[in-house]
Amino acid sequence: MMQDDKVIVCEKLTKRFGDFIATNEITFNVHKGEIFGFLGANGAGKTTAMRMLCGLSSPSSGKATIAGYDVYTQTELIKKNIGYMSQKFSLYENLTVRENIEFFGGIYGLSDERIKSKTDELLRVLGLKSEANKLVASLPLGWKQKLSFSVAVLHDPQIVFLDEPTGGVDPVTRRQFWDLIYEAADRGITVFVTTHYMDEAEYCNRISIMVDGRMEVLDTPTNLKHSFQARSMDEVFYQLARGAKRGD
Amino acid sequence: MKQFLAFVRKEFYHVLRDRRTLLILFGMPIAQILIFGFALTNEVKDSEILVVDYAKDNASWELLTKIGSSRYFNIRQAALSHQEILSTFRQGKIKAVVVFPEGFNEDLLHHNKAQVQLIADATDVNTANMITNYLSSIILDYQNQVNANLQMPYRITPEVRMLYNPQLKGAHGFVPGVMALVLMLVSVMMTAISIVREKETGTMEILLVSPFKPVLVIFAKAFPYLALSLVNVTAILLLSVFVLDLPVKGSVPLLFAESTLFIITCLALGIFISIKTESQQIAMLISLMGMLLPTMMFSGFLFPIENMPVPLQVISNIVPSKWFYIIVKSIMIKGLGISMLWKETLILLGMTLFLLLISLKSFKIRLQ
Repeated sequence: MMQDDKVIVCEKLTKRFGDFIATNEITFNVHKGEIFGFLGANGAGKTTAMRMLCGLSSPSSGKATIAGYDVYTQTELIKKNIGYMSQKFSLYENLTVRENIEFFGGIYGLSDERIKSKTDELLRVLGLKSEANKLVASLPLGWKQKLSFSVAVLHDPQIVFLDEPTGGVDPVTRRQFWDLIYEAADRGITVFVTTHYMDEAEYCNRISIMVDGRMEVLDTPTNLKHSFQARSMDEVFYQLARGAKRGD
Repeated sequence: MKQFLAFVRKEFYHVLRDRRTLLILFGMPIAQILIFGFALTNEVKDSEILVVDYAKDNASWELLTKIGSSRYFNIRQAALSHQEILSTFRQGKIKAVVVFPEGFNEDLLHHNKAQVQLIADATDVNTANMITNYLSSIILDYQNQVNANLQMPYRITPEVRMLYNPQLKGAHGFVPGVMALVLMLVSVMMTAISIVREKETGTMEILLVSPFKPVLVIFAKAFPYLALSLVNVTAILLLSVFVLDLPVKGSVPLLFAESTLFIITCLALGIFISIKTESQQIAMLISLMGMLLPTMMFSGFLFPIENMPVPLQVISNIVPSKWFYIIVKSIMIKGLGISMLWKETLILLGMTLFLLLISLKSFKIRLQ
């Protein structure tokens, strides 16, 4: 992979809350079109790191650029160039599928024609044409999740952040969900994903594992398994997370 | 701007699709106006009274016609014993009994003194007082009529004028009160709940990650409730003018301007609550206990503030609805203009700015 196609550059990024160091000097790069797994036990500092990368919270020290924009001064530009999907399902339940798409297209400032063509395309790809005017509340969870992802990349962001996107979804739907992720990556969208499912970690190009606010390892799943002499990512994660002092 | 419109449209979908919200929004003000206007009235209207006329002479007949011609009473005549009167009261059908003793006219003519007995059902003290007062004044009136024929050296007749509300309509006090109440409920509670709901469902996070400015999120959430509250003000005013016969004496544009100011006060309060709370239930509880109760108690709409102990009178000053209530009452009933109300308006304006400021400030802190 070329060196100048980095879309996330992080250098000693740190966030302190009083005495507590939530994220401790993490340094890493993510390349364009890469699927980057961001792993760690609960309380390891993933959410805090992700909030800084999304421009939601300001770092205490360190440097980071997202899509070429600075996390301290250019948060507005960052927000325009990223998509976000959270672990909580986050579309509006009492809006129809179409209205949700139109709303999110609207707040991202897409033109009416663009929203229209995107809506048609999305409904076709997801096979939701006949459900377009149904309330989102009536869709099964798997579909909601896929729709939620599609809405997160509606404005063709450079990077999409997924915070435990497949929580509570059955394995088949999860597999389909990952098909969507691969498709997005093929279109050149960088995927930054957190998950607790280790089988999903194997789908990533590279993964990092955070322990107690620090980024302990960063490599491809194959290399990680090799260096930890583990058969699965599960074992790698377990070996690392066992040493953690924080947690819930 | 386009983003803002997309947001506002979404907000209207939310409101219009939620039946419970709609019911609170539009059902409640109408129900309150009608309930306060017709059911909870403390006027005496068409009260059933029983007349026991032992005299059956000229004077008793004249007096009876006088009582009957007022719109307050429906007269039933009967010849009953004292025991029977008591049992009719127990059935609860009549509010009062007027008893003319035998020789009423005689006494009046020859002794210059006659007696009429008024018996009222005092289980409801207010009504009993009101009825006996009305009856007494009718009797007094009759007495003056009779006296007018005689040559009396001096006589003082108090002429009472009930200013601003000559017919003593109960509606006068409560329409401004209901307005304050409804606006509080709609603007504070609904705004707080709708913002907190976004936090609960996780959509707030998505909105904050979007390029849509956080402050605009808050304004876009509040805007529809401003519009809906103004619709409510209009509805209440229409009901009060056309159903309750209570005209707006002062300037309608001024009334709307003051209402808009108060709505913004309420929205700021709602926003503040929503920033400080994490669940819809808590937001609702705080809005109800913290905002609605003080409005009921301290606006002067149900309980006169002058009768309260001094500490409570002082507290009442920090309740925005009190000032709004005064303003609306003055405009609607007394027909006062801004030149008489600038003080109250300034207080309300100050409260609004203060609330907006601290809401925006705590919102910024949360974002960190």
